Amino acid sequence: MFDTLFIGLSLSSILLLVALGLAVTYGAMGIINMAHGEMVMIGAYVAVLSNIWLGTNLLLTIPLAFLVTAALGYGLERLVVRRLYGRLLDTLLATWGIAILLQQAIRLEFGLSFFGIHVEGLGSGLQNVPVPQFLQGTLGLFGLQLNSYRVFIVLVTLVLAGLTWFTLYRTPLGMKVRAIIRNPQMAAACGIDVKATNAITFALGSGLAGVAGVLMAGFRSVSPDMGATMVVDGFMVVVTGGVGSLLGTMAAAGILGEINALVAIFFNEIAGRASVLLVVILVILLRPAGLFSFKGR
Amino acid sequence: MTLKRRQFLTTAAVSAGALAMPGYIRSARAAETIQVGALYSQTGGLSVVEKMLASAVQLAASEINASGGVLGKQIEVIVEDGASDPKTFAEKAQKLVIKDKVQTVFGCHTSASRKAVLPIFERRNAMLFYQTHYEGFECSRNVVYLGAVPNQQLSNYIPWIINTLGKKKFFIVGSNYVYPREMAKVSKSLIEAGGAEWVADEYLELGHSEWAVMVNKIKESGADVVLSHVVGDSIISFYREFRNQGLSHAELPICATVTSEIEIAAMGPEYAAGSYTSFPYFMSIDRPENRSFIERYRAFVNDPKAITYHSLEAAYFQLFLWKQAVEKAGDFSADGIRENIRGQEYDAPGGPVKVDPDNLHTWVTPNIGQWQDDGQSKIVDSYGKPIKPLPYSGYGETAENLFCTAAGLDSSKL
Repeated sequence: MFDTLFIGLSLSSILLLVALGLAVTYGAMGIINMAHGEMVMIGAYVAVLSNIWLGTNLLLTIPLAFLVTAALGYGLERLVVRRLYGRLLDTLLATWGIAILLQQAIRLEFGLSFFGIHVEGLGSGLQNVPVPQFLQGTLGLFGLQLNSYRVFIVLVTLVLAGLTWFTLYRTPLGMKVRAIIRNPQMAAACGIDVKATNAITFALGSGLAGVAGVLMAGFRSVSPDMGATMVVDGFMVVVTGGVGSLLGTMAAAGILGEINALVAIFFNEIAGRASVLLVVILVILLRPAGLFSFKGR
Repeated sequence: MTLKRRQFLTTAAVSAGALAMPGYIRSARAAETIQVGALYSQTGGLSVVEKMLASAVQLAASEINASGGVLGKQIEVIVEDGASDPKTFAEKAQKLVIKDKVQTVFGCHTSASRKAVLPIFERRNAMLFYQTHYEGFECSRNVVYLGAVPNQQLSNYIPWIINTLGKKKFFIVGSNYVYPREMAKVSKSLIEAGGAEWVADEYLELGHSEWAVMVNKIKESGADVVLSHVVGDSIISFYREFRNQGLSHAELPICATVTSEIEIAAMGPEYAAGSYTSFPYFMSIDRPENRSFIERYRAFVNDPKAITYHSLEAAYFQLFLWKQAVEKAGDFSADGIRENIRGQEYDAPGGPVKVDPDNLHTWVTPNIGQWQDDGQSKIVDSYGKPIKPLPYSGYGETAENLFCTAAGLDSSKL
C-alpha cells in the first residue's frame, strides 16, 4: 500500500514541479504562458550543457538553471508579455510563438548550425544528463526499496513549494503580488509598482520551471520538444486546483497524481491517464473555479 | 512608358534565361541522370532519425555514381521533407510521383507515414522502398520492404530467451499503437509454443515518459524477463526507471525489439548494459564490409562519432538492390523494378540479404545482441543465415502456406 502511495506521490511531485511556476504566472498574473514548457526544456538544457562544458553535477545546476530561466523570463516579460496584460487570448498566441522560437533556437543551435558549427549538447537530437551516484538505485525506507531519485524529486518539490509559499505569503513582494491578483487597478492606486512586480513574478515562475527542467533531465531524455506536452499537464493542475491558489495547485497535483497511480496500478496506464482527465472534466463542470478559489480579479 | 516597361521585362527575361543557361546545359550534358526520390522528415520530432536515413540513401547514391551509375546514368536524389507528419508525407509523395515523375522513392520511417503514401504509389504505379522493420500485415505490390517483419525478429529470439536464458515468465510491454500490439500477438504465440507463459501485456501512451507505475508492476509481477516493444524516447525513461527502481538486467533482463544503438547512446549505456535486443544488423557486427561501411558513413556525414543501426543499414543497401533490379530490367520503370527485384541478392554491410520472390519483403539474418558498457552490442546468438520474411505470421502464415504471394494478398486466408 505504502509503495503505491509513494508512486502516486512521485507522480504528483512531477505534476507539481511543472505546475508550480504556472501557478505563479497563470494564477497570479493571468497570462496563459504557453512557453512555460519551453522554460522547463531550457532548464533541462542548462543541465545538459553545464554537465558537458563545465562538468558540474546535477545538484549544482539547480541554482544555475533557476538563474538562467528567471533571467530569460524577465526578458520575455519586458519585451513581449508586458504589452499584452488583460488580453488573455493574445498572451496565449504570443507565448505559443515564443515557445516555437525557443524550440527552434535549441534545434538550430542558436543559428550556429547554419554556419556548420555544432555545439555538443544542442541540436535536435536526444540528450541525457548523468545522475550523481548517490541518487542512483534504491533507498531503504520503512522496509521498502524506493527509487532514490524519486525521493529526491519529492523532497526538492516540497522545498520549492515551501519557498514559493513563503515568497507569496511572507514577503513584501508576495504581498504586492497577492494584491495584484485581487485587483490590479486598486493595487496600483495604493502605490504598488504593478509593472515591476509583474516582471519579477514572471521571472520567478520561469525560474521554477527551469528547476523543474533540471530534475526532469535526470529521469527522461532531453529534447527540444520535451516541453510541449508538459504545459498541458501544468495547466490541468492549475485549473483544477483553482486559479490563483497555491494551496489549490498543490492539492490538485497530489490528488491527480494519486488517482493516476492507483488506477494505473489496478487497471492499466491508459486507464490511469484517462481517469485523470475525467476527474479534471468533472471538477471543471461541478466547480468551474477549481477546487480552491476565491473571488477577485 | 508601357512599352518601355515591357521592353525592360523582355530584356530581363532574356538575361535571366541566359543566366540560367549554364546550369541547364550542365544538366543536359550530364544528361544522363535518373531521378529518384528520398522522402524523409528533415524537420519535426522524427527528423533526428530520418535525416540519418536520408544521408545513408545519399551515401549509397554517391557510391553508385562514382562507380559509373546505373545503366550509364547518374542517380539524382530529390530529397523531400515529410516534416514528421503523415499528411505532409502524402503531399510530398504526390509531388515526387506526379510532378517529378520519379518511378522510385526511397523513404518513410513510421508505419503511419507509409500507410499515408501507399495509395499514391498504388494508383500511380510507382515503387516505394521502405527500409524500417515494421509490424507486417501488409502486402503491397508497389512497396519493397527492406526491414525485418515480426517473424524475423522474434522466431529465434523467444525460443532463445526460453531455452538459453532459461526464462519462463514474460512481462510484455509496449507503446500503445499498431507495431507493439502486432509484435505482442506474434510474441504470445511463440511464448506459448515454447512452453513458457506471459504474465502481463501492458501498454503505455506513445511518447509517455512516466514509468514509475509500469516498472513497479514489472517488479511485483513475478516475471523473470521483460519483452519490450517500447518505441521512441519512452525507451530512455523506461531503462532509467528500471534501474533506478533497483531492478537488474542480470536477474530480470529487458529483451527488446526496438531499442537500438541510438537509444542506448541517448540514455547512457550503463542503464542498458546486460539487456538484449534482436535485430538483423548491429553496428558491432564484425565484418570488413561493416567496418568499411561505418567508416564511409562517418566520412560522408562528417561526424567521426556517428552511429549506424539497423534501419540505416537497410536505407543504404536498398539502393544496391534497386540498381541490380534496374540493370536486369534494362529500364527504370516500376513494373520492371517489381518483376526483376524478386530474388535479387546483395552482400550488405551486416550480411547477405535477398528480396523474397513472393512477397517483396527481404530475407535477413536474425541476430541477438547483448548491450555492453560502451553502448555497443555483443552478438550472443545468430541464426547464421537469412530467413524468409512472413508479414502475416501473426495470423498463421507459414513458409508452406503463404498469405502474401507474387499475385498479392490472398485475403481468403485471413
